[in-house]
This record gives sequence, C-alpha cells and structure tokens, in this order.
Amino acid sequence: MTDIATDGLTRLSVQSGPRWRRELARAGRSMVAARWPLLALFILFVVAVVAIFGPAFSPMDPNRQNIMLRLAEPGAPGARGAIHWLGSDGLGRDVLSRLLYGARISLLVGICAILVGGTIGVVAGLVSGYFGGWIDDIIMRLGDIQLAFPFILLAIMFLVVLGPGVGNLILVLGIGQWVTYARIVRAQTLSLREKEFVEAARALGDTTPSIIFRTILPNIVAPLTVIASFNVAAVILSEAALSFLGLGVPPEVPTWGSMLAESREQLLANKWWLAVFPGLAIVVTVLSFNILGDWLRDFLDPRLKEQG
Amino acid sequence: MWTYILRRLLQSVVVILGVTLISFTALQIGGDPTYLYVSERATAEEIEMVRRALGFDQPLYVQYLTYIGNVFQGDFGRSLSYRQPAIDIVLGALPATIELTLFAIFLAISFAIPLGIAAALNRGTSVDGGIMTMAMFGQSIPGFWLGIMMILFFGLYLRWFPISGHVPFLAPLFAGDFATALRNLPQAIYHLILPAVAVAFYSLSRNARLVRSSMLEVLGQDYVRTARSKGLTERAVVIHHALRNAWLPVVTMIGLEFGFLLGGVVVIETVFSYPGIGRLVFNAINQRDIPVVQAAVILLSGIFITLNLLVDLIYARLDPRVKLAGGK
Repeated sequence: MTDIATDGLTRLSVQSGPRWRRELARAGRSMVAARWPLLALFILFVVAVVAIFGPAFSPMDPNRQNIMLRLAEPGAPGARGAIHWLGSDGLGRDVLSRLLYGARISLLVGICAILVGGTIGVVAGLVSGYFGGWIDDIIMRLGDIQLAFPFILLAIMFLVVLGPGVGNLILVLGIGQWVTYARIVRAQTLSLREKEFVEAARALGDTTPSIIFRTILPNIVAPLTVIASFNVAAVILSEAALSFLGLGVPPEVPTWGSMLAESREQLLANKWWLAVFPGLAIVVTVLSFNILGDWLRDFLDPRLKEQG
Repeated sequence: MWTYILRRLLQSVVVILGVTLISFTALQIGGDPTYLYVSERATAEEIEMVRRALGFDQPLYVQYLTYIGNVFQGDFGRSLSYRQPAIDIVLGALPATIELTLFAIFLAISFAIPLGIAAALNRGTSVDGGIMTMAMFGQSIPGFWLGIMMILFFGLYLRWFPISGHVPFLAPLFAGDFATALRNLPQAIYHLILPAVAVAFYSLSRNARLVRSSMLEVLGQDYVRTARSKGLTERAVVIHHALRNAWLPVVTMIGLEFGFLLGGVVVIETVFSYPGIGRLVFNAINQRDIPVVQAAVILLSGIFITLNLLVDLIYARLDPRVKLAGGK
C-alpha cells in the first residue's frame, strides 16, 4: 500500500519538473505580451536591490544633520563635494539617502506583515474550512467583527498604546490582514475537502495535519499569491499613513511615510522636493505591486479577465 | 424578512461588543493602563490615586464590565489635555468630519458610476483603457500625499483653492440656524473640495472598477440579450435592464466604503488642518491623550457599524432574494 503511494508520488514529482518549467515559460511570454507587468517586475527588482544594498549606493549618511545646508534644493552641492541630488530636509539630511534607506523599511514592513497575516490567515482558513462546525463559526465570526471595524482605527488604537516600532507595526499590519486570507483559504478548502485526491489521501491513512498542509495547501497557493501581491501594496499604503500620523517607526528611522510627515512643516515654504520624492517612491512601488497582482490574477484564472 | 432584520441587529450588537473587547484589550496590552492616564512626572501616590479612581486595581473582568457600562453611557473619561469629558470634545469635532466624509462619498459615487459604465460600454477601447489606467493610479496613490500635492499645486502655485480651514454647514443646520447654514454653503463646499478629492480618489478608482465589472457581468446576461433582440435602443437596454441589476453590488459597496473613507479622513484632515475628528485624533496621539483616542475610535466604529446595518437592510429591501432566503 505504502509502496504504491510512494511510487505514485515519485512519478508525480518527476512529471512536475518540466511542467513547472513550462508554466514559467508561459508566464514569461504572457508577461512580455502584456508589457506593463514586465516593467512593474523590473521596478520592484530595482526597489528590492535598493532595499537590500541601499547603504552601499547611498551618497550620504541618512541621519547626518547639517545646519549649514538645511533645505538645499535638488542638485545643490552638499558637504565634502557630495551633491544633494534630491535636495536636503529641514535638518540638512540628504533626501536621496533617506529615500534609499526608506525603501528597506517599507519593503520589510510590507513583506513581513504579509507573512504574519498570511500565516495566521492561511492556518485559520484551513482549520475553518476543513473541520467546519463550531471552530469554523468562531473563526469566521471573529473575522466578521474585525472587518466591521475600520482597520486604520484598530491600528491607531493598538499603536498608541504599544508605541512606535518596526516590530509593532508589522504585528498590527499583519493582524489587520489575516481575515482576507482566511476567507479565501476557507472557501477553497471547503471545495477541495470533497475532492477525490483528498479522499485518497484520507483512505491511505494520512494524518489530518498532513492532509491539510501537504495535500490541500499546495492547491491553494495560486490564489494566495494574487492576494499577497495586492496586499503588499495595501500594507505599504497603510504603513505610510501610520508613519505619517507618527505611529509607525521611531523618528530616527527614515521611512517614506515619516519623510512625508516631516515635509508638512516645510509645505507652506514651498519646499516641494521634501513631499514630491518620497510620495513618488510610494506610488511607483505600490503601482508596481498592483499591476503585477492584476496580471497574476488574469494569468492564473483567465475566466476573471472576462469580467474585468 | 423580520428574521433577517432581527438576525442582523443581533449580529451588530455582537460586533459592537467585539469592538469594546478589542479596545479594552488595546488598553491593557501595554501593561498597567494607569500610566496612560497620568503625566510622566506623577508621584507614586498620584499614580496610586488615579489607579484606584479609574478602577485599574480591580480584577480584569470587573474592569471590562465597568468599561462596557461606561462606553455605552458615552463615558470615556476626561481628556488629559482639554480637561473636559473626552466624548464632548469628539462630538464637537464630529459634524466637520461628517461633512467631509459625505462630500467625499458624493464625489466618489458620482464619478465612479458614470466612469465605470463608460468603461464597460466601451470595453477594450481607449476610453476603457484610459479610465482603467486612471483607476489603477488612483488605487496606488496615498490619499494624504495627493492632498499634499494638491496643496502645492492648486493651493500654493495656482492659488485656486484654500489649503486649510473649514466653514461649518452642518453645525448651524443641526442648531436650527438655517439662514447661516445656507449662507455658509458655497464657502463650505469651496473649502471642502481639495480635502474631499484627496479622500475620495481611492474609493472613486476602486468603485469605477467595481461598477465596470458588475456592468460587464450584467451585460452578458440572457435578459440583456433578450432586451437587445426585442429591438430596444442601446440606451433603453442600459438604463432599464442593465443598470437596474448592476447597481445592487454598488449599494453594498457604498456601506463598506464608509470604513475606508473614515480611515482616509483621519489622515487627510491632518494634512489640511481640517478641524474634524481626524486631526483631533492626530493631536491626541501626539499628546498621548488616550481617552480622546478611545472615544474617537469607538464613536467612528459605532457609526460605521450602524451604517453597514442600514445598508444591509436597504439591500434586503432592494433584492427580493435576500427576503426569500431569510438571511444567509
């Protein structure tokens, strides 16, 4: 019995090699044909490189203050022959350098929050959908309660007490996202639960955790990547809003949202570069995630394209 | 129908209890909440006094029951910075926020519906492409940044619109002073335009996409094909057959939209120094004035939950299927 099962599994995995590669090639072709997703992917690649290696590119120390060179216009010379390509802020710190460091925090918070929210949501959705009954009721009602509560207010309430910090921010933003994942995963699990291959795994005597995580979970990864892609965009926007309110990260950590918050003080003096560049960084990044999510959705489920 | 209404009402009560539980947890999560209510220089005796006065020395379940009791009486404690009951301060800022939110919803809906329909009817053309590209941008721009950009361009550069301030319309209206309200109306709208556009743009974009897909779905239905084959004009088909069915999802969305808009409002009020609940919360956050934050968050959530309840009940009236099923 076990032999047959193992044999079947080996054959499956042997077949899945080339199939996986074929799918990837199809994805590549579809992406090139659609053009915009390709550009989005390229932009996100650049943002990721900046986030990882930012300090190496950064022309100056993002926290180095220079009272003599406050509010330098873009292109103005800075200290020691350096140039403030995107100007300097009210404390004389280089805007470009802060922007490069900010990419790190924005991406880090976005991706970690998705991991936190996604993990909670996926486990809750799998359990809810597979077992049903009272546990399903409790989990889904909890989700309803949370969704009945505007997320940003919830985040404000917790962050005011917890205080700013990257960890707190990730936690709150992550918990804010779990319901979306739980709902999708639950719906998918409900329909997969009755499928033959799940029945087969059950008949072969697989344990329940093994059925849930090794038989059902791999089959719902596709819709999850779509939500995750849109979700990173939404989380980056929320992070910017919370940082703007002073609830995000401690003041010495540069993020795009906190840079915008600081730009408010100089707004009436028309120091436009303090507001324009961090905002553009957010828009370009979020737009790329959204475009990629849109393409991914159409690619994985062409039927949805019909409905727009 | 009555079963459905009763069920929804009960659900809303549960949700409101959930909100109080969450906000109570938020208070407790950082350890002893007494420290949130005293100044940093308070002496040990003062802290002990506040702890006893606020009941934080009681067991947790007693604290929670007292908390719920107080919340339902609108008692969130006294504001630490204004030395007044927190709820009074929040209620004072409420009309301005309602004005901004309503105007923003009005803008979002009145642009999203025609744009969505236009995109659906011209599917695949440059009209569709243009509208959807705009919608894609709209969903990627932080509302508060759009606000800042509009202040820079329309406010400071072109000098077309005021960049801050608020002329009250609802406050005199509620006070029964119709003459003042009417006289203020043009100026009120003039001051609302920039912040409302900033609040509305995200919703506008999302809803334009939603209307488009809802419309496309309906346009593919048999009854629309029947209407067309009867020889009705395209106009009649769209208005009498397609729109009537396409707008049901739109009603639900308007209710949910309030939540998103409220989130945007909190941040965008700060950008425009608009004297509503959002700016109040922003200042309260900076002064760590917890009673005001709690009062504002719970009041806004309560409004949001009530509105959703209303929208669902209206929906049940509009869509006979909900009635037949007796709720889901």
